[in-house]
Amino acid sequence: MSEVLILAEYSQGIVAKTTTELITGGARAGQVTVVVLSDVGGGEDLAKQITQGPATSVLVVESNDFAQYGVAAAAEAISNIVAERKPAALLIGSSAFGKEVAGRVAVATDSGIITDAVDVSAQLVATQLVFGGSTTVHSHVSHGTAIITVRPNSITADVNPSSPAMSKITFDASAQAKLAEVVSSEPFVKGGRPELTEANIVVSGGRGTNGDFVAVETFADVLGAAVGASRAATDAGWYPHALQVGQTGKTVSPQLYVACGISGAIQHRAGMQTSKMIIVVNKDPDAPIFEIADFGVVGDLFAVLPQASDGVRARKS
Amino acid sequence: MKIAVCVKQVPDSWAEKKMISGLLDRENVDAVLNDLDEYAVEEALRIVEAHGEGHTVTIISMGPERATEAVRKALSMGADNAIVISDPALVGADALMTSKVLATTIASGGFDIVLCGTESTDARMSVVPAMLAQRLGWAQLTFAGSVVVDPASSAIQITRVTDAGLDTMKAQFPAVISVIEKINEPRYPSFKGIMAAKKKTIEMRPLATVGVDAVPSWSAVNDSTPRPARAAGIKLVDGGSGGNALVDFLADKKII
Ligand SMILES: Cc1cc2nc3c(=O)[nH]c(=O)nc-3n(C[C@H](O)[C@H](O)[C@H](O)COP(=O)(O)OP(=O)(O)OC[C@H]3O[C@@H](n4cnc5c(N)ncnc54)[C@H](O)[C@@H]3O)c2cc1C
Ligand SMILES: Nc1ncnc2c1ncn2[C@@H]1O[C@H](COP(=O)(O)O)[C@@H](O)[C@H]1O
Repeated sequence: MSEVLILAEYSQGIVAKTTTELITGGARAGQVTVVVLSDVGGGEDLAKQITQGPATSVLVVESNDFAQYGVAAAAEAISNIVAERKPAALLIGSSAFGKEVAGRVAVATDSGIITDAVDVSAQLVATQLVFGGSTTVHSHVSHGTAIITVRPNSITADVNPSSPAMSKITFDASAQAKLAEVVSSEPFVKGGRPELTEANIVVSGGRGTNGDFVAVETFADVLGAAVGASRAATDAGWYPHALQVGQTGKTVSPQLYVACGISGAIQHRAGMQTSKMIIVVNKDPDAPIFEIADFGVVGDLFAVLPQASDGVRARKS
Repeated sequence: MKIAVCVKQVPDSWAEKKMISGLLDRENVDAVLNDLDEYAVEEALRIVEAHGEGHTVTIISMGPERATEAVRKALSMGADNAIVISDPALVGADALMTSKVLATTIASGGFDIVLCGTESTDARMSVVPAMLAQRLGWAQLTFAGSVVVDPASSAIQITRVTDAGLDTMKAQFPAVISVIEKINEPRYPSFKGIMAAKKKTIEMRPLATVGVDAVPSWSAVNDSTPRPARAAGIKLVDGGSGGNALVDFLADKKII
């Protein structure tokens, strides 16, 4: 049976749900080897967390070059593995980092690449939703290893327990992969809310919040949702750029997206219009966001959201 | 310094896009300069302006002949000259081919820095800058929210905006940089700029002069189908119980 490589995703020591989604998609096409790129000494703790989904083995690659040289080092490590093992496919999460790594590996291993897939079949046919979700495209890679980046939250994860065999190697980046160096890092402070791209529900606020996100955050918290923001809100400094939804922010595809005080500019829609269900709260009845709403309330978010938060709490208790 | 900026002409973001035999129909839509590339042009101009005379900005684009319209806009912002690689053999080129053509063009031009946008708004792949760095064997400084260049020591420092936070990164020339849209406010071409751009050279290069053979794309579309438009939903005006109605809807849809 052919092999499919998966790049494990993690943040702050915790393996992300996306990893199990990638394993699930990859296992349709072959035996899954999960590649974990980690700092020296950190790999086993990450590998131990891979206990769900049909993975056959975990390959830990340890190197301090990953933190110091970023994308180029990660891509080189994976390119070496792909060149050696010639897997049928390599699946990576569709983050900015994941896509850059995929792009470099595609060049280095002379392989075709497809980005932002929302599904992958047993024949490695990728499904993409393009042009703002208005068109479904099926495509395949016709040369080399099929390098496919998959959007988080698209494939339903198979969470059956598994105990993949673990092996560990070390890696030293070449001079070519060390040309750009990370000299310092300033991590964003993460709250206790779910990861934006992984969340089942996202509640976003825009310029209409006027900088006051309390109503938005409270509603998100009663629903167990992640909080997002429009560019108007991140540009104003009300919310961090990492939580921006849209063309130049995150693409999210949750079960439910709630847009509050957001007009629905095309660049915002580009990041959320494939959400399964969309709810809108906006005081302008002509705001374009209503065009894609399953349920819309024309009203003041500072009145509607607190009432809705109370209502959800009442039903839950 | 010799700076190159890679820009792409894309269909207008608002245009309704269609596929014709597996390719994006580029003929029947308004085409514009990819707005994310305007930030790269602006940043290149600012770098040059910060360091006095003797530095140049060259616009490089691969696309149909009409891509010269988008390139002209970049020239009217203040870039010095342009190279457009246009060839019937490149129709439907994938990112691998695009990056090969661009990298070969850049490698022959003696550039110190290449600037890109982070994404083309049509393909939305966000891979070309990383591919360029890989092909050229240059430093990759992408998703930059700020760029500082010191021509005297050939040093560049950027802040890379990542999902996890901000990374400060440094490298020596030559480097591929991509810039995010928060880095600057692109200037509008002035009347003088538009007039001056008319006299600037846009060198048209067919593939044969680039020195790359056209290869088939290594990914192919099997089929494409339009998805049904979202059915119009429920819309109500809040008369004091809009929040409760929202909760009823959530309950009805079994979300709570
Ligand atoms: C290159 C480029 C990239 C971009 N990338 C992105 C991106 O990634 N993401 C993104 O979001 N945007 C992006 N934009 C910006 C986008 O074009 C819009 O400017 C932005 O989305 C507007 O944000 P907004 O809807 O919050 O603000 P506005 O358009 O100002 O809308 C605010 C809305 O709030 C409503 N409102 C006001 N007060 C209340 C109230 N009390 N209660 C209820 N409703 C209220 C108003 O009726 C209005 O509809 C990009 C733009 C460019 C040029
Ligand atoms: N055909 C092209 N010609 C010139 N530059 C391009 C082309 N395609 C992509 N680019 C550059 O690469 C960036 C990322 O594009 P992409 O990887 O297609 O999303 C763009 O913002 C441009 O700077």
